[in-house]
Amino acid sequence: MQDLLDLESLSKQDIIGLLDLSQNMVEILDRPIKKVPTLRGKAIVNLFFEPSTRTRNSFELAAKYLSADVINVQKSGSSVEKGETLWDTARNLAEMAVDGVVVRHQVSGVPQQLADILDVPVINAGDGSHEHPTQGLLDALTITQAKGSLAGLKVAIIGDVLHSRVARSDIWVFLALGADVVVSGPPALLPQKYEEFGVEVTADLHRALTDADVIQVLRLQRERQSSKELPSLWEYHLRWGITSHSLSWAHPDAIVLHPGPQNRGVEIDSEIIESSRSRILPQVRNGVAVRMAVLFRLLGGGHDE
Amino acid sequence: MSSKDETGWLIKDVRVIDPFRNVDSIEDVCVDGDKIGSASERKDYVPVDGQGLWLVPRLIDMHVHFREPGFENKEDLQSGSRAAAAGGFTAVCTMPNTHPVIDIPSLIQWQQDQAKNMGLVHIFPIGAISKGQQGQELADLYQMTRAGAVGFSDDGHAVMDARLMRAALSYSTTLGRPIIQHAEDHELTAGGVMHEGSISQQMGLGGIPEEAESVMVWRDVELAGLTGGILHVAHVSAPGSLEALEYAKRRNLRVTAEVSPHHLLLTDAAIREWNFNPVTKVNPPLRTEGTRQLLIQAVRQGLIPVIASDHAPHHQDEKELPYDEAPFGISGLETFIGAIFSVFMVDGLISPLDLFRRVTVGPHKVLGIHYPGLTPGAPADFTLIDPQMRWVVDGKKFYSRGKNTPLQGTRLQGRSVATMVNGEWTMRDQEVLK
Repeated sequence: MQDLLDLESLSKQDIIGLLDLSQNMVEILDRPIKKVPTLRGKAIVNLFFEPSTRTRNSFELAAKYLSADVINVQKSGSSVEKGETLWDTARNLAEMAVDGVVVRHQVSGVPQQLADILDVPVINAGDGSHEHPTQGLLDALTITQAKGSLAGLKVAIIGDVLHSRVARSDIWVFLALGADVVVSGPPALLPQKYEEFGVEVTADLHRALTDADVIQVLRLQRERQSSKELPSLWEYHLRWGITSHSLSWAHPDAIVLHPGPQNRGVEIDSEIIESSRSRILPQVRNGVAVRMAVLFRLLGGGHDE
Repeated sequence: MSSKDETGWLIKDVRVIDPFRNVDSIEDVCVDGDKIGSASERKDYVPVDGQGLWLVPRLIDMHVHFREPGFENKEDLQSGSRAAAAGGFTAVCTMPNTHPVIDIPSLIQWQQDQAKNMGLVHIFPIGAISKGQQGQELADLYQMTRAGAVGFSDDGHAVMDARLMRAALSYSTTLGRPIIQHAEDHELTAGGVMHEGSISQQMGLGGIPEEAESVMVWRDVELAGLTGGILHVAHVSAPGSLEALEYAKRRNLRVTAEVSPHHLLLTDAAIREWNFNPVTKVNPPLRTEGTRQLLIQAVRQGLIPVIASDHAPHHQDEKELPYDEAPFGISGLETFIGAIFSVFMVDGLISPLDLFRRVTVGPHKVLGIHYPGLTPGAPADFTLIDPQMRWVVDGKKFYSRGKNTPLQGTRLQGRSVATMVNGEWTMRDQEVLK
């Protein structure tokens, strides 16, 4: 593995390797002193062209727990605002002897394009509607911790699946690990062609949630309303919101995930977020562990090199 | 070299494919000055061995973007004309989405004057349908026609306003020139950068459904029925558009259409193969294999009477932007013949006469331009093609400033080897002579 650009092209073996490594990192996070010297002397650039709190800080802490040096570059205040292309920005930063670039961009494919021009590893921290591979891995890790394994589980992904990079990464990793995946939401926001990959696509939330073991609730972007794809947020909540009522259709032991940030009262009710079914906070903690694992694998001379 | 008046050329034993006269046979073709000559007693013809070559008169590409005025970093009239000569074209129609927009007679006249001075390719300009291509008010179509415009288009944008489209089609009946629609419902394509389908959904790129085109084609066909107007649909790429064309044909409406070589040769799978490189980004987008086959069939059946490049050069800096931000377009003039040869000729899907009809008689008819074919006294405009030549596309070698081609590295068969315009060679052996 040279870069982490997507989960679609990762083998099952690579995924399992990364998840095992992530579990080891979870144990480091549980120690009173978390810093390990593994990436001492390595420098990492977080190149975020889109606002992000959780993912950027998660990557930054992951790097710091491994003793790497980190710099953060954001679009505002950077030379991109002066008209420099992002390729030139990246080339210049790479020239400062950095060992890895973590990139988030609002356009699908930018990490792939960057990987073509940079010699150092590129890690996709979310590109457009394409993929968010570390999110997919942390979701898989969270489910594995709760259920032992993904094999044979019914996982329902609810919401604006069409525009969701989280859903795309989730689908590939869940399928690779043997889960049955169903997606549900307003028809205009569902990737109808995903049936070709064995994903069930249905607008019927009841059908999607019935006997589900895991429910991944996607954030509803408010601009979907102005772009004419939705009636009111309240109507969305009524039909696709995760509430104690809709959750009653799922398996009694079903767990609920959300990649954050949540719109409480829109795609998910507060009482669900705060219930024992929720694995939302463990997801956040696992996110740091997964990013440590990825940085270690790509920058730390991992065992497959 | 003797002066132009004394020069004569004799292309010997060449396979003449002249769709204007419906002739496909081995002949000698002589050129007297700037015209096609007759078998004469003159002895000073310079002989050219035409064995193994095809000679096609007046190849015209009725859909090119030469970007001048306003976007000369992408292309200008000279670099575009040289690309046309290199690609084997003797005539082109330039689209008016320049800056300023070609929407007044003096700009129509200016382009033709430039073309005459350069002597590389005939330019038959297309004027804008609406002033400034704003889709609000009709431009002065009659005055532009008098200045030499052969058709009208807001290409790059569709005429969204049905009332304006009705007016334009209705007015076209008084001009004898077509209204060329870039058929696209902009509301349906908003945010789209590639064909909407399985691959766009996998790659997380915004989709452009085929129906965004076909709903406009259906609307326009109905308006052509309402007005009796002359409608030509640019770069069709959707099954629903083909059904609308069939409907128009059954009703004997004055409706024609063109297709671009890249839609006949490539599919949206290329976008995956190029791994987000925007060189594949074009509007309308590359479609699926099923649609590609329907388009090929429509060309074979004559439902689509024109093949045109939609040559859309861009500067490399722009084409290397992130996929959503890069401009739409493919530099197509210099791969045109190789592309259509590779689609149709290699497998014998169509006769050479029928294939080249769509790049000669077809567009001439649509635009109302007269060319008599290779008869004595006709302008000596023709192209020599080596049907056996195999070559690998390299955009870096294009004469066009636009090096943007998704065919980069592709092996094609068939290539123009010489182009003559008004009795003068504009290209020989891939070298443009002006």
